Amino acid sequence: MKQAMAKAEPNDFVKIERISKRFDEALAVDDVSLSINRGEIFALLGGSGSGKSTLLRILAGFERPSEGRVLLDGQDITDLPPYERPINMMFQSYALFPHMTVEQNIAFGLKQDRLPKAEIDARVKEMLKLVHMTEYARRKPDQLSGGQRQRVALARSLAKRPKVLLLDEPMGALDKKLRTQMQLELVEIIERVGVTCIMVTHDQEEAMTMAQRIAIMHQGWIAQVGTPMDIYESPVSRHVAEFIGSVNIFEGEITADMEDHAIIQCDCLDKPIYVGHGITTRAQDKNIIYALRPEKVWVSAEKPEGEHNSSHGVVHDIAYLGGHSVYYIKLDSGKLVQAFFANSERRLPRPTWDDEVYISWDDDSGVILHS
Amino acid sequence: MKMPRLTPPGRFWVISVPYLWLFLFFLLPFAIVLKISFSEAAIAIPPYQPIFQYVEQKLNVALNLGNYIFLSQDGLYLSAYLGSLKIAFFSTLICLFLGYPMAYAIARAPKEKQLVYLLLVMMPTWTAILIRVYAWMGILSNNGLLNSVLMGIGLISEPLQILNTNTAVYIGVVYAYLPFMVLPLYANLVKHDHSLLEAAMDLGAGKIKAFWSITVPLSKTGIIAGSMLVFIPVVGEFVIPELLGGPETLMIGKVLWQEFFNNRDWPVASALAIVMLVILIVPLVLFHYNQAKEMEKKS
Repeated sequence: MKQAMAKAEPNDFVKIERISKRFDEALAVDDVSLSINRGEIFALLGGSGSGKSTLLRILAGFERPSEGRVLLDGQDITDLPPYERPINMMFQSYALFPHMTVEQNIAFGLKQDRLPKAEIDARVKEMLKLVHMTEYARRKPDQLSGGQRQRVALARSLAKRPKVLLLDEPMGALDKKLRTQMQLELVEIIERVGVTCIMVTHDQEEAMTMAQRIAIMHQGWIAQVGTPMDIYESPVSRHVAEFIGSVNIFEGEITADMEDHAIIQCDCLDKPIYVGHGITTRAQDKNIIYALRPEKVWVSAEKPEGEHNSSHGVVHDIAYLGGHSVYYIKLDSGKLVQAFFANSERRLPRPTWDDEVYISWDDDSGVILHS
Repeated sequence: MKMPRLTPPGRFWVISVPYLWLFLFFLLPFAIVLKISFSEAAIAIPPYQPIFQYVEQKLNVALNLGNYIFLSQDGLYLSAYLGSLKIAFFSTLICLFLGYPMAYAIARAPKEKQLVYLLLVMMPTWTAILIRVYAWMGILSNNGLLNSVLMGIGLISEPLQILNTNTAVYIGVVYAYLPFMVLPLYANLVKHDHSLLEAAMDLGAGKIKAFWSITVPLSKTGIIAGSMLVFIPVVGEFVIPELLGGPETLMIGKVLWQEFFNNRDWPVASALAIVMLVILIVPLVLFHYNQAKEMEKKS
């Protein structure tokens, strides 16, 4: 064990090296390289067809990559069949064996290793306790609720003490209310066990809640890797910015680029955009995109002071969501801008439909993206 | 509070149709056969004596148990029953071993091809069984297709005696009843969730182990349904042993035919049929019990 620790750097416990996967002509995974730390919860986030599930199946051993290799703890496991990998997966459908009881499901993997019966029993008991399912040990899967089934599936995939746990859309089969609860519970269990975990999801909220780092996948390649905050606050591309949360996109041109500030001229805004830092850019890349999150846009009835970062418009639509409202402001140029309005007081005079309003934002609220 | 269940009007009439059908075409003929099995043979039309007679203000009921006693005393009948059960059992087994891989392959084939494969399995049953068995006679006879080919390629020097042996009966029965094994197995296997096999492999089971510990137990109902659909009719099979079998082939269907048409001993033939029915009811009840349990599990 100590040797293995010495062999691999802590920050590349699982190493995906230039993996590609072709199905007939379609390229599902396109030259992906990733490093996953020991003990980390790592999420592959992307829409359908982004290649995230294929990548997970390559890690599990159900698909063989067309190119590239997978290293686990310094060992090349690319050619190992799934039943020889120290990796276990929790399936989206849970894939519990319907003809076996909860106990038998959890014991299945241990039996394959021909462990002595006493040890199997002890391990099953331990796992049942871990997921709080002890009193359901003798039930069949179809006698359990969705959340209980998920716990059994988790216990089954942890029973063999895998080096890596794979989660395929872990909340996919649960309803929304249960989802939030199980997300936290799952993370707690995974962290208590201390297993390295790679999950696949299309739900950004789920990825941000559960994972320490996220890789955003798009059309088979990795668009960005980073912590949830990195990805949300500093997206590297328009695609990432639009995929994670809502965003207002202003297309503009850099008119001044100093060391401590920059000015962006945007046709759709009344006043130019002032950015509180310089933009390192080549001279020909004058056309950029300014991405502004709706919660960073202020809506007010009074005209803001200053020569920058504001624009006039009318309230086009309001979506009251309880905690906050989403205002859709139609600017004079015709552009629709989203702004979140925190409903921090119960009854407060706030702009309503067709009111004339101003939007404004801070110097460092937005992100400059190259188009 | 429990609401009284709404009974749609005319429910009785809807249900009465199948019951009437069963009564007319199953229960009534069965009662007639049962009645004949308790009467005495006679040279008359019909060739048995009545059970109920009303003579001189007296109703005489003469239940003749002789036929059943006769069956138990003559070893021929016992060996015919055992012969039938043996052939049915082994044919079922062979059908299962041939049919399972077929059904599995069809269930795992691409969706658009499954229908074609199923049609190929079912197509032979669209031709009358008699014609197909005659075709087998042509294939298996001493100067038939099989022997000609085998001799042609020099594998054997003189024809194999297959026709009119039990081997030919097995070939015919397995051939004729294989679709009845494949179809229920297919219906079961096609519903299997492939991710269960992946989960088993993920947990350390090799492909063969995963198949035996997941696929086979989950297809139990299909195996039972297919086996019943083969076993039950094969026990009473008459055409195939009559045409393909030989003197060594002793099956109850053949004996029944002989009693009925050659000996014109309707009472003994009826008794034979009743005993066969009793023998078959056991697996039928098992089958029914199995299905009921399955339905219960689903609800």
